This record gives sequence, C-alpha cells and structure tokens, in this order.
Amino acid sequence: MKGTEAFEEIIPLLTDEPVIHANGFICRESFNLKDREGNFYMIGSMGLASSIGLGVAVSRPDQKTIIIDGDGNVLMSMGTLAMIAAAAPRNLLHIVIDNEVYESTGRQGTLSSSVALDDVAKSVGYTHTKRVTEKEQIKSAYQELIGKEGPSLLLIKVEPSFDKATGRVHHTPEEITSRFMKALG
Amino acid sequence: MLSSKIFSELLSSKGFNFYSGVPCSLLSGLIRILDDDPQTPYYPAVREDAAVGLCAGAYLAGKLPVLLMQNSGLGYCLNAFTSLNLIYKIPVLVVMSWRGEDGKDAPEHIIMGEINQQLLQTAGMEYSVISADNYEESLDKALQKIKEGLPYTLLVGKGFFDEGH
Repeated sequence: MKGTEAFEEIIPLLTDEPVIHANGFICRESFNLKDREGNFYMIGSMGLASSIGLGVAVSRPDQKTIIIDGDGNVLMSMGTLAMIAAAAPRNLLHIVIDNEVYESTGRQGTLSSSVALDDVAKSVGYTHTKRVTEKEQIKSAYQELIGKEGPSLLLIKVEPSFDKATGRVHHTPEEITSRFMKALG
Repeated sequence: MLSSKIFSELLSSKGFNFYSGVPCSLLSGLIRILDDDPQTPYYPAVREDAAVGLCAGAYLAGKLPVLLMQNSGLGYCLNAFTSLNLIYKIPVLVVMSWRGEDGKDAPEHIIMGEINQQLLQTAGMEYSVISADNYEESLDKALQKIKEGLPYTLLVGKGFFDEGH
C-alpha cells in the first residue's frame, strides 16, 4: 500500500482525539487529506512527536491520544519508546507509518528494513502491538487497539509514495499551537 | 545555599505542575523532592531533547512544565528549542545546572561551561543566572516570559541548591 492510502484509511476513524504528527510527509499528507483543529503538525524538531504525544497523554489521562509517527522519527528517538512504556499511558495509541526511507529528503534508507519497530515497542513494554501490511487490515487493527488499554503501537508498512507536489502545512506554528489547545479544551 | 524544598514549593506556588528532565548532581536534591511528592509529577527522560518534547506536550494539554537538566544537554536541545518552542510559542521553564562555571570542573564540562550563555543568547533563549539574592525576581521574570509563550532558563551554579545524594 502507498503511504497516502494508509492515511485515507486512518482519517475517517478519527473522532475528537488529539493527533500529534511527525514532521515530513506525515504532516503534509495528513494536512492535505483532511485538516483538523486537533491535529498538531510538528514541522521541525524531528524525533519529538512521540515525546510530545506522551506529554499530552499523561496530562489528559481520560482523552484518547494518537501519535502518527514515521520510521525515521522513531529510530531517531528510540529511547522515547522506553519513556512511553515506563509512563504507561493507557490512553495512548502510537501509529507508525513505516516506509523504510526518509521520504521527504529523497528516499534515503532508514534502518527499519532490518529493524522491526513493533518488536522494539513490544520489548520495551508497550501493552499491545500490531503490524499491518494491507490497507484492508488498518480499520480493524485500529479499532482493536483504540479499544484496549495502551500504550499500543500500530505499525503500518507502506511503500514510499510521497508526491513532492503535496503542499506544506499552511498554518503558522503559532496558529497550530492555539487551535490545537483550543480543540483539546 | 537554598533549600530544594523551598524552591520546589515556590515553583508549585507559581503554578508549575509538570516536571521532566535528565539528572545532574547539582539538582539531585530538587529532583528527589519532586519525585517523592505525588503533587509534583516528575517524568524521567532518556535525553534532554525528549524532555523538551514531553514538556511541550504537557503545556499543550494545559500544564505548566519545568525541565531540569545539566548544561551538557543544551546541545541536544537547541534544535527543539529553535524549531519547536520558539516558533510555536510553547513555553517551558528550564532549570539548568551550570557545570564548568569559571573553568573549574571535570574536563568534559569546561568548554560547555564557558559557552553555555553564548549558546543561549545565540539561540534567542532568554535566561538568568540565579543567586540567593535574585532567584525570586528571576522566577517572576521567567513567569512573565512564559505568559508571552517563551521558554526561559534559570542557570544554576554549583552549591546553589542543597544536593540530595
């Protein structure tokens, strides 16, 4: 499946959850398919979507919180997986769109073709992990994990498919902060 | 020397209610007090930039966060400060220990001890070097900057706090 197809499957499943997006094509694909006030688009600070999402999740334990991460981001901050497992927020679902490359910079390989990120998450102590390779599997895997006590990780293996013509996020960083905080209430 | 207990109570009284960081011996008393008190949740971070991210998320969810770290972690944080906190207007109070102050410390601390203020200035990160005479005033200044959406650093020299180990 293409990365875009993964987003097309996930986006209709979202309700009021705050969603923290990793930088690069993750932000841009999601923004272009469907902008939401509850989307935090992290355009810089690569590697920190996971820690930002953890900060939101532990501060709002009654609010399901979603991180949409990339393999390059996860590998950059692999230690944050341990922080998530140790803090153990039941309300956190960590989705990783894994295309095995740094897509937006020219498809240089990451290490996830030989490192199984779902196994890493399981080893550090995520309560549930699932790996999907077909778009038809995303909906049921998502619904299963969102209904369970986390922290959970959903690894979606995709092909590199980012279209460079996909626009950047239009909102300024300050606007992203204020609308996200307002949406979270 | 300031009691870590008094400082932690001062932070709570000013509304700070979320703590993360990477330990430094100079901050060990403060971290122990925060960690022991359920009213002041302290989340250990694996590296300083992960603590920046964690504090940013907490702020977005309505908390007022404090990041505790040694100046050796400043380099790791510069990208996070400049491409997250400063442009998104996500504030954080950084309590940063100043190892290598006046060139007196273990070799690994000497260069960072000499340049940490310049690095903060270059990155546009406002800060105060705190002392027994100015720490309350510095914290008030930090709060004012935090209200404007800006991060603020309190640089803390050796012997300012009682140590807890």
